[in-house]
Amino acid sequence: MASKEREALLDPLFNNNPITLQVLGICSALAVTTKMSTALVMSAAVIAVTVLSNVAVSVIRNHIPSSIRIIVQLTIIASLVIVTDQVLKAFVFDISKQLSVFVGLIITNCIVMGRAEAYAMQNGPMLSFVDGVGNGVGYAIILMAVAFVRELFGSGRLFGMTILPLVTEGGWYVPNGLMLLAPAAFFLIGVFIWVVRSFKPEQVEEDFHVGALLEPGHEGGLR
Amino acid sequence: MLEHYLSLATKAVFVENMALAFFLGMCSFLAVSKKVETAIGLGTAVIFVLAVTCALNQLLNEALLKEGALSWLGLGNVNLGFMTFLVLIGTIAAAVQVVEMAIDRFSPELYNSLGVFLPLIAVNCAILGAALFMVKRDYTFGEATVFGLGSGIGWAIAIVAMAAIREKLRYSNVPEPLRGLGIAFIVVGLMSVGFMAFSGIQL
Amino acid sequence: MQHSNAYTIGFAAAVCAVCGFFVAFSAVALKDRQDRNILIDRQKNVLGVAGLMRLDESLGADEISSRFNESIRAKVIDLASGKPNDSIDAVTFDQRRASRDPATSALAPGNAAKILRLPSNALIYEVFKQGEFDSMILPVEGTGLWSVLYGYIALSPDARTIRGITFYEHGETAGLGGEVDNPRWKAKWIGRKAFNQLDEPAIAVKKGTAGPSDVDPHQVDGLAGATITSRGVTHLVRFWLGENGFGPYLKRYRAEKGI
Repeated sequence: MASKEREALLDPLFNNNPITLQVLGICSALAVTTKMSTALVMSAAVIAVTVLSNVAVSVIRNHIPSSIRIIVQLTIIASLVIVTDQVLKAFVFDISKQLSVFVGLIITNCIVMGRAEAYAMQNGPMLSFVDGVGNGVGYAIILMAVAFVRELFGSGRLFGMTILPLVTEGGWYVPNGLMLLAPAAFFLIGVFIWVVRSFKPEQVEEDFHVGALLEPGHEGGLR
Repeated sequence: MLEHYLSLATKAVFVENMALAFFLGMCSFLAVSKKVETAIGLGTAVIFVLAVTCALNQLLNEALLKEGALSWLGLGNVNLGFMTFLVLIGTIAAAVQVVEMAIDRFSPELYNSLGVFLPLIAVNCAILGAALFMVKRDYTFGEATVFGLGSGIGWAIAIVAMAAIREKLRYSNVPEPLRGLGIAFIVVGLMSVGFMAFSGIQL
Repeated sequence: MQHSNAYTIGFAAAVCAVCGFFVAFSAVALKDRQDRNILIDRQKNVLGVAGLMRLDESLGADEISSRFNESIRAKVIDLASGKPNDSIDAVTFDQRRASRDPATSALAPGNAAKILRLPSNALIYEVFKQGEFDSMILPVEGTGLWSVLYGYIALSPDARTIRGITFYEHGETAGLGGEVDNPRWKAKWIGRKAFNQLDEPAIAVKKGTAGPSDVDPHQVDGLAGATITSRGVTHLVRFWLGENGFGPYLKRYRAEKGI
């Protein structure tokens, strides 16, 4: 594999992860992470849409009039999401029921739109394909990690299989209810960012430094 | 009936807060919450756009998309339900554009403060999210308007509060790898815990 | 790159046409499968509450519909009078849609379950095992903490003892209120009495643990950490078994059987 393609594939996994570094696509993601199975289907849907929209936009990138660029991308993405939704409803009905409106929200998932605009508009279909896979998988890793912690500690299961037998079902584990509520997802992502940045100090945001406030001319500074 | 609307609005603002309970609109929520002033600007724009698009989408849904909705054209058997996403996002994008032009034309001051945020809103998940919830829950026109307005207000309250906290946070000595985004997520989490106190409130 | 207006409009039209084709194609091609999924899903819920399908069983679609057709009969009744309504086809009747349509529903009287509209007709199921009438299945719905819960309750032929309960659609917090679909909790309903001596709905989800069903027949264990969902379940079950719900039907049924 050429180095450029390898970079497009591997870079978004940790070095430039769409969620932890680019702050993209968190919107629709977290509400579906109480269970591994829903998170997995959601990840697959997002990967499919990102890859296909990247390729489609890349193929026609030289023909799109720039004035209607955004709406064309939006139309392509919305159509892909509709097709995905139809497929989910036809083949994994139970999970599609649980995902409810969040499949539709892939349309406004900033990863899809962001990659189409920032990458596919400048690169060929092959590279865009790889970039789509990379970013989709980078998103999926975080989603699955959050879902792993939430399902394991929140309901003692993984993919619906009992790992920690619950007290209510005759076992010993008292589930941590907070894990299943919205705030836990935020805490977990915060902690993931903490971990990733501890190992990759170059990702730390410098403008946040307390010392910076003492420098003259800094907005909101102490002087 | 008034009671019903009031309860719906309270629910939309506090209990089912778009940002803190459903994680919607998180991208702009985190990106634009560094200063209170800009947060107020974006919040106002979101309230406005949400109320308008939610009502508009409700009308379209009723007239075009619902099962049997085309019977006024004599096409009662045609179900365009699968077009829902496309119509909703199209309406939102168009409405944002029209609102932007209208504000520009009639109130340049307002445009100066809100204008920059409007394009950002077209892809704000909270707007599409509200429209999708509206369709799924089958709201009437009145309910949709109240729900849109309420969701917008809830989102605006959340982002302004967030910005205020982040302004203060600048003076705290946060561990280095947690600075910026990391601590922002944890703050949102804590706010979300706070908003959970509203759950189950019914008027 | 500058383009003429004609090119821009043409391009937009072409994109719309291509996207429209794909969307319409997928929607039409997958429609039958989706409709079947929805039907099977509904039949599966009914089978589950009728005790014709074990909770850990995963059946194929064909098996579900053959079991359903073998032993379950759907019936549309008029809610207010409790009489069967033969003018409506039970196979195509959609109670949820009917309760939204002003022509087939009315505003519900004020109630604790926060049900806003009541349909004039309801779809119930009768279960037969080896040709014997075994139980009746009544649809219930009402508000929990976040969402409207939709489910079924099954009653024995005495129209008083609960045979089972299930909630097939809800948006309660997973792990707390969401435990309404926990099989262990649902099993606790079986054998409890839904009505008291005066035939008023008396079943309640209590806070804490209820005794065994022969000592404590009118109470069910509460859901831990989900007081409001538990209360919602009490209200909705009582509403649907009460005089505004299936009360008239059950009364007629008991009168006919002389029980």
